[in-house]
Amino acid sequence: MIWYGIVISGVLNFLTKFLSLSYFDTSKMNPRVKQILTYVPSAVFPAIIFPGILIDTNGDLDIVNNPKILASIIALIVGVFSRNIIATILAGLAAYWFIIFI
Amino acid sequence: MSKKIKLFFKGIIDILPLLIPVVPFGIILGAIGIELGFSSLEIFATSFIIFGGASQIVFLQLFSSGASSLITITSTFVVNSRHLLYGVSFSEYLKNLSLGWKVLLSYLLTDQAYAVSNIYFEKNKNNGLKHYYLLGSGFFLWLIWQISTLIGVFLGSIVPDKLGLSYTIPLTFIALLVTYFRKIDHIIIILISGSLSIILYNAPLKSYIILSSFISLSVALMMIVYKKGKNK
Repeated sequence: MIWYGIVISGVLNFLTKFLSLSYFDTSKMNPRVKQILTYVPSAVFPAIIFPGILIDTNGDLDIVNNPKILASIIALIVGVFSRNIIATILAGLAAYWFIIFI
Repeated sequence: MSKKIKLFFKGIIDILPLLIPVVPFGIILGAIGIELGFSSLEIFATSFIIFGGASQIVFLQLFSSGASSLITITSTFVVNSRHLLYGVSFSEYLKNLSLGWKVLLSYLLTDQAYAVSNIYFEKNKNNGLKHYYLLGSGFFLWLIWQISTLIGVFLGSIVPDKLGLSYTIPLTFIALLVTYFRKIDHIIIILISGSLSIILYNAPLKSYIILSSFISLSVALMMIVYKKGKNK
């Protein structure tokens, strides 16, 4: 049973990417659709970021004394000024370790 | 070195920093799978066949908790459905490629490969070889993910929970968004999507990512329409 599940999920994941990549002709679409696509990262990534910071492993909202919030703000500031991906990740991780270990 | 190989390696180099969380995440996935009672081969198959970090965890967790296959498969699909937006967003850049290339690049398309290639494609729209960049970044992430999962399967939880390495996942995506934090309309969309994901976190089938994405894209569309109306 698990093998059916793995294969079906794999095929669905592949088809999601393959069909959208192959059969959407954005050049024939309304220019508004193209414009909206520039917002894809801003619309998708926060839905991965916010729960990763604010929801704890039990699935509860964790806002009080959450070291990830301050660390993320520091990472964001470093990121906006440095525009460097590695610097942003390392600044956030360093801030997080500093807060929890010291 | 040919231009193709150069682009392939440029893709690899640009995705390297994004792999910092991929390694511990892959190891954790392998370890969780063993803990939940799956065989090494089954866990490795999820990495090879499903190939989508968060969705594999959802798959293994739901399957082991005795949820019906329909719910397990649907949830996994919903978690992965954001890739639809990546595919649409790349369709214009890759439309002239052969079927074989499209199959290969679709399989290798991930959040991270999308993020770095999107930046590269926007700057190099007219480069006819730009798909080699996506091939390099996509392939290298794929390779590291397979290896990390295997390490997790065989060595178990060698990464101490205390280090909080799972936090590097949201951190990577913050790093991927920083360029957008200079534009007010993007900041609005980021805040809307983020708030929605918290409000909708308990929505059925782990649908909060795709729901938040679609609602905030609708808001973005309204903003575009409104701006256009104002400029007329």
